[in-house]
Amino acid sequence: MLKSSVDRVAEATPHAIARRMHGLSDRALAWLFVAPSIVLLLAVNIFPLIWTIRLSFTNFRVNRPNAEVEFVGLKNYLKILSDRDIWLTMQATAHFLIWTIVLQVLIGFTLAYLINKKFRGNDVWTTIIVLPMMLSPAVVGNFWTFLYQPQIGLFNYAVGFLTGADPSSFSMIGDVSLAPWAIIIVDTWMWTPFVMLICLAGLRSIPPSIYEAAECDRASNWRQFWTITIPLVLPFLMLAVLFRGIENFKMFDLVVQLTGGGPGSITELTSINLKREAFEKWRTGYASAYAVILFVTVFGLASIYVKALNKVKQR
Amino acid sequence: MTRFFNGLRHFRRSAWEMLASVLIAGGVVMLMQPFALALYSWSFVITLLGTVMFIIVSHFPE
Repeated sequence: MLKSSVDRVAEATPHAIARRMHGLSDRALAWLFVAPSIVLLLAVNIFPLIWTIRLSFTNFRVNRPNAEVEFVGLKNYLKILSDRDIWLTMQATAHFLIWTIVLQVLIGFTLAYLINKKFRGNDVWTTIIVLPMMLSPAVVGNFWTFLYQPQIGLFNYAVGFLTGADPSSFSMIGDVSLAPWAIIIVDTWMWTPFVMLICLAGLRSIPPSIYEAAECDRASNWRQFWTITIPLVLPFLMLAVLFRGIENFKMFDLVVQLTGGGPGSITELTSINLKREAFEKWRTGYASAYAVILFVTVFGLASIYVKALNKVKQR
Repeated sequence: MTRFFNGLRHFRRSAWEMLASVLIAGGVVMLMQPFALALYSWSFVITLLGTVMFIIVSHFPE
């Protein structure tokens, strides 16, 4: 008679372990298996979070480990929440966040909609479009810096060719009014394929029978788009917005490589500002309070977003 | 509107979650708006209040 896999596992278990396990309830066994993951999660995620919250109420500086650490109460929080420079940083982050999400969703969905149509070379185009998101942000930042060069940059040349302006008359990275758009363009170029892939998954999950039924009811293409495609792709779109929103809220590498937060501090996003406070000015307690504020903001937004996502999925 | 206030009075999850969501969203808008420093200064308190409220009220009965 064939042995079941449970019997085979039981036979293969060494006697010493089997003797120790004997008498453990299913619940205890389940805890035994889950415990390592929980311990790891506590050590890697929860403990640093609690430690950061604790540090945020002190004047601790990591470059002066022997100095006396004083409890300063809410002083760090009050300082941050009345600092005009940090307020400007928040506004720069909001500008970056809103425009990148709007552009990526619009372009990503349009590309997904086009790629979803059957045509020759469909797979090749998908691969070409997806290429930018496979590159390292450091590489992307580096070669876009060359593309943005006023004298030799291809971007300036293309803009000059299309508008008739002198390519060396403007600098995307060096100009205060253009630099925020320079980082938005690069992030959109790099991450639109990600949104496109998620939308494509959504579009391909729609059963063709729904469209066939709509055709039978003589629904126009426009009507099918608004009453079938958009509602069924919406959970996927919302997921893409959540991922990109959280990711862009903590955007660091690409912007550091491109503009370094400049010119002045016009493209200094919160994560860059936070890094400067923590590892250039060495104000660890202050930076911890800053990190807690950002954490609560992202956590709160993600909570309501996940709730909205669940509601859309239930519909 | 009456249903919303009734929900609040009877500790119903949906009404309280709505209130918490409004607080969080308001707090984030206050944090990133370019108009008044005072709004920015109070944004964290509002967001924190909303977030804590959201965690608590998500355990209320539906």
